[in-house]
Amino acid sequence: MIPASFEYVVAHSLDETVGLLAKHGSDAKILSGGMSLIPAMKLRLAQPAFIIDVNGVSGLAYIREEHGELRIGAMTRESALERSSLVKHGYPILFETARVIADPLVRNRATIGGNLAHADPANDHPATMLALGATIVAHGPNGDRLIPIDEFFPSFFASALEPDEILTEIRIPAPGVRNGGAYIKFERKVGDYAIAAVAVNLTLDAHDTCIAARIGLTNVTDVPARATRAEAFLVGRRITDQAIADASRLAAHESDPKSDLRGSAEYKRDLVRVLAGRAIGRAVSRARGGSH
Amino acid sequence: MTQTIPMTSAAIGGMGHSMKRKEDPRFLQGKGNYVEDVNLPGMLWMDIVRSPYAHAKIVSIDASKALAIPGVLAVITGKDLEAYNLHWMPTLMSDTQMVLPVDKVMYQAQEVAAVIATDRYIAADGAAVVDVEYEELPVVVDPFKALLPDAPVLRTDKPGKTDNHIFHWEAGDAAVTDKAFADADVVVKQDIYIPRIHVASIETCGCVASFEKTEGKLTVWMTTQAPHAIRTVFALVAGHVGLSEEKIRIISPDIGGGFGGKVPVYPGYVIAVAASVLIGKPVKWIEDRMENLQADSFARDYHTTAELAATKDGKLTALRFKTLADHGYADAAANPSKFPAGLYHICTGSYDLQAAHVEVDGAYTNKPPGGVAYRCSFRVTEAVHTIERMVDIMAHQIGMDPAALRMKNFIEKDQFPYKSVLGWEYDSGDYHAALQKAMDIIGYDDLRREQLEKRARGEFMGIGISSFTEIVGAGPSKDFDILGIKMFDSAEIRVHPTGKAIARFGTKSQGQGHETTYAQIVAQELGIPMAHVQVEEGDTDTAPYGLGTYASRSTPTSGAAAAMAARKIRDKARKIAAYVMEVAEEDLEWEPGKFTVKGNPEAFKTIQEIAFAAYTNHPQGMEAGLEATHYYDPPNLTFPFGSYICVVDIDAGTGQVHVRRFVAVDDCGNIINPMIVDGQIHGGLSMGLAPSLYEEISYDEAGNCLGGSFIDYLVPTAVETPNWETDKTITPSPHHPFGAKGVGESATVGAPPAIANAVVDALWHLGVRHIDIPMTPSKVWKVLRDHGVTG
Ligand SMILES: Cc1cc2nc3c(=O)[nH]c(=O)nc-3n(C[C@H](O)[C@H](O)[C@H](O)COP(=O)(O)OP(=O)(O)OC[C@H]3O[C@@H](n4cnc5c(N)ncnc54)[C@H](O)[C@@H]3O)c2cc1C
Repeated sequence: MIPASFEYVVAHSLDETVGLLAKHGSDAKILSGGMSLIPAMKLRLAQPAFIIDVNGVSGLAYIREEHGELRIGAMTRESALERSSLVKHGYPILFETARVIADPLVRNRATIGGNLAHADPANDHPATMLALGATIVAHGPNGDRLIPIDEFFPSFFASALEPDEILTEIRIPAPGVRNGGAYIKFERKVGDYAIAAVAVNLTLDAHDTCIAARIGLTNVTDVPARATRAEAFLVGRRITDQAIADASRLAAHESDPKSDLRGSAEYKRDLVRVLAGRAIGRAVSRARGGSH
Repeated sequence: MTQTIPMTSAAIGGMGHSMKRKEDPRFLQGKGNYVEDVNLPGMLWMDIVRSPYAHAKIVSIDASKALAIPGVLAVITGKDLEAYNLHWMPTLMSDTQMVLPVDKVMYQAQEVAAVIATDRYIAADGAAVVDVEYEELPVVVDPFKALLPDAPVLRTDKPGKTDNHIFHWEAGDAAVTDKAFADADVVVKQDIYIPRIHVASIETCGCVASFEKTEGKLTVWMTTQAPHAIRTVFALVAGHVGLSEEKIRIISPDIGGGFGGKVPVYPGYVIAVAASVLIGKPVKWIEDRMENLQADSFARDYHTTAELAATKDGKLTALRFKTLADHGYADAAANPSKFPAGLYHICTGSYDLQAAHVEVDGAYTNKPPGGVAYRCSFRVTEAVHTIERMVDIMAHQIGMDPAALRMKNFIEKDQFPYKSVLGWEYDSGDYHAALQKAMDIIGYDDLRREQLEKRARGEFMGIGISSFTEIVGAGPSKDFDILGIKMFDSAEIRVHPTGKAIARFGTKSQGQGHETTYAQIVAQELGIPMAHVQVEEGDTDTAPYGLGTYASRSTPTSGAAAAMAARKIRDKARKIAAYVMEVAEEDLEWEPGKFTVKGNPEAFKTIQEIAFAAYTNHPQGMEAGLEATHYYDPPNLTFPFGSYICVVDIDAGTGQVHVRRFVAVDDCGNIINPMIVDGQIHGGLSMGLAPSLYEEISYDEAGNCLGGSFIDYLVPTAVETPNWETDKTITPSPHHPFGAKGVGESATVGAPPAIANAVVDALWHLGVRHIDIPMTPSKVWKVLRDHGVTG
């Protein structure tokens, strides 16, 4: 667990970062929290020749509401999300996501931008951002580019970022009336990636009919993905126990897990059903105004 | 022998005081001195090239690219060691094991070559480019298949070997047992697998080997639990290349956890020593976590078919265990030499059985060698798990409460010393009291009522009991040796003129707190404040010879030796006191810290005054000084015991087992330091929880190690660990000098069956009879699904 040799540069501005990225191309890697990159380097699974440390770029760590959106700087640490009362009270789904990522030590370093840029289907933020319908802000030689989250994970372990772009911000639409979300992860132990996890974000009308629903799945698909059939099933339907059960079954069908030491594929698929049921239930109760 | 220990003052801090650990300021301030902290001038680093295959012929090794890297000094292969006949070494079980292979590799992650470089990073770069060409051979993973006639023979190095069978061992009377089974009203039978696990100590293994060419002296700082034995093994194994025991110094500095995993000699140590001798410079080798998990000795891996017989009213009569032990490609267990299956025949447990028969066979497979005792006195964990599971199965089978069945069959208090049908003499015990106490604390009857209510609602709640008997403190020289060296242990105490003392031992703490507990024993026996007793272990040039720390043996052996040495000192102190006070020895009365003239409380000499006199005013004809050494050969083993009760709730959707409560009542005889005992039990319980619910190393068909990193080898954290509720009973050992029994492993041994029993108890009404540990969510979910509960 000793990395191969590499060059290391501390960048001080976005322009400098983009310049370095342009110059070194795919030999270069951005270092944010380092919590995914460094383990891969220590196992020599990644051997970047050039490391651009962006921890010295100021102005990339913030959580604020603006223009009807929650805007989160890419360098915001998971621990900051976890401790933010804006996130905790306004976006409980995001709070629930941040607090189950890895362990407290990792969360002190790991950034939300790195979590998404890494495009690991086992990471927790992708499913939540899919459920929230987030927009990713990428900064490149030509300035900012907005990428809808639905287009951000094109293929296995790949993001829609260009090699000379840095992810700078995540934008999440502010919740409307009777909107509720929840993230439920099941892991073998603290610090583990999810066996499966389900993110649900939905809106009800005054009569408990679901008028919008987005469901994201963690670690049960090759690329971070939504359970679109389950979503479609819910929309336009009055929320009942039966409707939740049926939607959960659909979500399980849409998952495509692989057997590994976390469990068999059939177990994981059924776990998606169980967790989807619980997450929809919690999201519904929040939409109705309950705290849970 | 009286076993009530007088309480000393807090200033003396003898037995029974929860003294703070003397070693902790060093550890808590990051001032410990571990092997990794040893850095010597001119030191080189070693990295190891490991096999990606579980079984393969080595066609060629090309080191040219590695040697071309500036800073790489040497690449050592099996051929290089073969020139010195050092490519194989003996295991502690008189089997053989490769240091580096010459023609084939036998498990994934086996050492293939070693790169020596001027820098740790360069060594790793070198290891990455050593080209090894392999030719894959058929892999044997399953020990049952290994014993089939058509299985490929793995140990082709052994002339005439035609199968993969290592040993057959048995205990008990087969015929008597067969008859008892034939006569029984009820017989239960169950296959039970206790998986391969790893100690996963915080500190991995490593060493710094430093050979001084001019003096011919080899010093090795080494992560070892048994430095003295290692010195002798080095001298015996490498004598032919000029290593002589007086010129070998093994230093075991602070050790970050051992748990049995630092008893064996691993190839890495030997290669580092060879490299230092060849190159003439110090060489450091420190494993990384994955090497540690994948290549170092494993524990457990016992496949057992167990049977238990009883009368219909619940009197247990006989047991029969037939076990297959998977040893990997070499039997590298660390048992006393006479016992290839360790002390597994303690498996009649806490019960008064009339007949028992146990058979164990060992098999070779393409896995790392081992069979070490992970926080366990040589296969006791396996024995306890199996008997405690079987007793629960029997209870459920005949419809008796598992607590009542245990109570009915416990060895009675007045049967001690109790001779078990498999030949052990249990020293003392009161099993009923311990279980009753645990039941009272947890509120057993209420829990059973709650369980019925929950079951009616379709919820899964279980209660599990484990009433274990341990067997520790190896051991009496009559039966116990390792490679011929008897399993005594030692203490040497020197009292300085000002009445302070240094005490040295043949054992080696790896976190057990010896610097504190040994000091308390000396304080108890001599009345010298424990703060003034300096304890040292682990340096073979200074400490007296001993076999080291594992199998809960330190207090039963070296602790006893400390008391005996202190008593020798006290005898001499009495003579000196009598001389100084001009009275007869018989007129003096001892209390910890002073001799007083009988009937004259004003006339006394403190141990400090006597110590001063020992160097300034000792009787003519008496040797000066105040010191003694004792090599303690225990008359018997000690038999700690306890009863644990665990309550679990199972999430039927996820299959997750939640340990709601866990009550542990332990009896380890007289207690030296209650806080340390509590700490040992907390740690042990956590290490018992681990294999019950989380940890396992398994292999796929190709022999690839699964669970070889902390991503999948799931060491529980504080979050997973429940709130342990501990209590105790005290039944002193009648034969130990101060009535102690050893406690380091009780909880690791006792906890797993309590948890396993609770899970099965929650599901018995569905028709579930047994689940092998670890009871992971996916495994429990499958059981629920198969019984129509979920999915
Ligand atoms: C023990 C452990 C357990 C973990 N468990 C979980 C878990 O349960 N759930 C979970 O979601 N994650 C988990 N992680 C991963 C962790 O959250 C990572 O930190 C995260 O995936 C990456 O964030 P980072 O800031 O550390 O990124 P880095 O490791 O610094 O970078 C990751 C990748 O993203 C690129 N990158 C980083 N920042 C940017 C940027 N701003 N723009 C463009 N590219 C960028 C890097 O070049 C690199 O390729 C775990 C990590 C560890 C070590």
